[in-house]
Amino acid sequence: MLIQFTNSGIYCKQADVYIDPWKPVNKAIITHAHSDHARWGSKHYLAHTDSEFILRYRLGNISLETLSYNQSVQINGVNISLHPAGHIIGSAQVRLEYKGEIWVVSGDYKVKSDGYTVPFEPVKCQHFITESTFGLPVYNFPDVSDLNVQLNEWVAENAAQGLNSLLIGYALGKAQRILSALETDQPILLHSTIYNTNEALGFDNSRYIKFTQDFKKEQLNPGIVLATGSVIGNPWLRRFDPYKLAFCSGWMQLRGARRRRNADKGFIMSDHADWHSLNDAVLATGAQNIYVTHGYKSVYAKWLREKYQLNAVEVETLFEGESIENESTETKEEIREENQQA
Amino acid sequence: MKAFSRLYSELDQTTRTNEKVNAMANYFMRTNAQDSIWAVALLTGRRPKRPIRTSDLKLWAAELARIPYWLFEDSYDVVGDLAETISLLIPLRKTEQDKPFSEVMNEIIDIQTKSENEKKEWLFSYWSEFLQDELFVFNKLITGSFRVGVSQQLVYKAIAKAYDLDDKVVTHKLMGNWLPQNTNLKELLSDESSSFDDSKPYPFYLAYQLDLPFTDLGNISEWQLERKYDGIRGQIIVRNQQVHTWSRGEELMTDKFIEFDILKTILPHGTVVDGEVLPFKDGKIQSFNEMQKRIGRKNVSKKTLTDVPLCMMCYDLLEHNGEDIRTKPLHERRALLEEVITKAKTDLLKLSPVLSPDSWDKVDTLRTESKQLGCEGLMLKHKDSVYETGRRRGKWWKWKVDPYTVDAVLIYAQSGHGRRANLYTDYTFAIWDKKELVPFTKAYSGLTDKELIEVDTWIKKNTIEKFGPVRSVRAELVFEIAFEGINASPRHKSGIALRFPRILRWRKDKNKEEINTKEDLMQLLNSV
Ligand SMILES: [Zn+2]
Ligand SMILES: [Zn+2]
Repeated sequence: MLIQFTNSGIYCKQADVYIDPWKPVNKAIITHAHSDHARWGSKHYLAHTDSEFILRYRLGNISLETLSYNQSVQINGVNISLHPAGHIIGSAQVRLEYKGEIWVVSGDYKVKSDGYTVPFEPVKCQHFITESTFGLPVYNFPDVSDLNVQLNEWVAENAAQGLNSLLIGYALGKAQRILSALETDQPILLHSTIYNTNEALGFDNSRYIKFTQDFKKEQLNPGIVLATGSVIGNPWLRRFDPYKLAFCSGWMQLRGARRRRNADKGFIMSDHADWHSLNDAVLATGAQNIYVTHGYKSVYAKWLREKYQLNAVEVETLFEGESIENESTETKEEIREENQQA
Repeated sequence: MKAFSRLYSELDQTTRTNEKVNAMANYFMRTNAQDSIWAVALLTGRRPKRPIRTSDLKLWAAELARIPYWLFEDSYDVVGDLAETISLLIPLRKTEQDKPFSEVMNEIIDIQTKSENEKKEWLFSYWSEFLQDELFVFNKLITGSFRVGVSQQLVYKAIAKAYDLDDKVVTHKLMGNWLPQNTNLKELLSDESSSFDDSKPYPFYLAYQLDLPFTDLGNISEWQLERKYDGIRGQIIVRNQQVHTWSRGEELMTDKFIEFDILKTILPHGTVVDGEVLPFKDGKIQSFNEMQKRIGRKNVSKKTLTDVPLCMMCYDLLEHNGEDIRTKPLHERRALLEEVITKAKTDLLKLSPVLSPDSWDKVDTLRTESKQLGCEGLMLKHKDSVYETGRRRGKWWKWKVDPYTVDAVLIYAQSGHGRRANLYTDYTFAIWDKKELVPFTKAYSGLTDKELIEVDTWIKKNTIEKFGPVRSVRAELVFEIAFEGINASPRHKSGIALRFPRILRWRKDKNKEEINTKEDLMQLLNSV
């Protein structure tokens, strides 16, 4: 077998490379820059071109080689290429081929286009390693265009009542999606983690206000605040009173998740594949062997075995999956900085 | 159905009272009277029965969702709510179709009696018809788990706003015996006598516990004082030679209180009396428990009628000769009430006696007599008060004798008398005074026989010293003591004396570190 699951991560012995290793290794291929996939300490990194700045921003001065989508490299006879995963900017599926044996490591992915990230492309293979963050049939995400309409209606409604709109989402990926979706003249204030992430991505910040200690309420009057989950429960929020609070996450599909967080609104905006997309993606690879990682692993693997007679197994990894409150792309310093401001 | 599910999500998305009232008012303004009455019914907790078994629902939902049953159960585990799980699993269709809400509700009622196959077919057609939000509300209705965070009062307020009526008028009109399938909101709110329901009660006026000093109430001569009886608050309505008896919980009790039926020949048409239904025999009020047991029975037998006869202790007159007199001052209503009761000459109706202490100082004494008289305390009603709707402050107060309680540890035990001579049943309790346990009261036992034996065994095993009939025991067992009052008492080591102390229960969940302190009791002493 070309790929093994080891204590350090997903390993290709022939090429001596790891994919998204969770321990420091010699050579690491990184599917995307979320911190449960891109960890520091490895000697050499390989990733997609669009991940370069954000990886350097997060991991510091690393030895990094980049590839564009569909471009390949040879390592000890293994043909390695990256393909769009549609998850966040620069996210890639890793394809490895050696003597006719083909593996694809999906990393995190979403199939439906978000209008911002390069869309997912299915890649034929015999062995497919898939995520299963939302691998339950209750997760069926709405159309992105409907969602964007709802989002814009909501911020306009709040403004009409003189309320600020507070949106909570990941700094890397979700924030840029939300900003691209907003069609409004309202002032938009960014939490500094998001502002800095934009900067690292080369995402145009000129239209936005960066939150600083000098912020005055009148700068919004009313407007939109985009922040990460770290601000929840923090007095930082109070300076935006009166406001309505919305979370942007796939977890918002469930009422309980919304209510527990006391959200006024939940936008089911996910960067992962929903149930039907997962099934479509798995089938499109033509693979007979499916390895299910983070999410509802055992349920989803059982479903694939029963429904499609695939050779599906669950695989233990250290990928954390998505949670609303703790996005791990933020550095500790940034959280501390933000709290001091509060 | 779309409008109602929109209302549901609006109510669900806000915790602000004002926004809730506005959302409902908007709904009632835009919605026809037929659909509206169903909304009123559901928002005020008049839910229809669950028409379909949960186990069937689950199986059928899995079938329509084309997933194996185990996957349905796994999904349900994650979501935690059956109605929501189903609405997330059913494949959605985009449909602009909208069904009148009242039609959906009537079908939910009708389907209860249909065969399994008919139920399944009906369900599948609905499940494939709705959008997600409607589907969720529909599922809430058929799983019998429909609940919204609004009070009855808020619903009435919203209706009042939408129909430009007074809250109290709405509250009154919506009381009583209506079923949403037989009426509509306009009809219920209208003045026409054709729709007037002879059984319709008035909303009860309820009092708050007195929390002001008497000085704030003014002159005692302006107040009518009565006992607060421990029975079932009720209304007896006589109209068109019919009797209807309602309990405060808006339950029609006519069939349970059948002895009142005779009042239709005694009281004139258009009489509504507010009072307390009490078990009354041989010139004395009987125990509330006896009446509870009687109510629990399906049929009221002849024997029950002689064993536990009921009467009404009458407080107030709300309707006189067919006229709503609630806005007349209490002293006028009381005069009319006395006239009606005197004329009626029946043991079924008794006048609640008016107490006339000449100063506030004497009121506390009256109140403390309550327990012996089988009463809960006193009622203070301003003589000019109108009969209000619902619980209000200001003109009516109740002043109940609630027991105080204290947690204490057992330190001495003494054997009892008579039947319990060989058991240690008389206890002395202590509380903390700084780092020392001080005895402060004895208490009569409120323990069950089983507990008594258990404590007795424990005492015999944990005795430290014997002095005659008294044993001192290890300070370990904690009890909750109830009492009626507290006084300073230099004679006692603790400096306080309790009135009517008794054991409420054995607190096995507490240890001696968690009991009350002398400081706690001194605080209580200074506050009363
Ligand atoms: Zn990710
Ligand atoms: Zn991940």
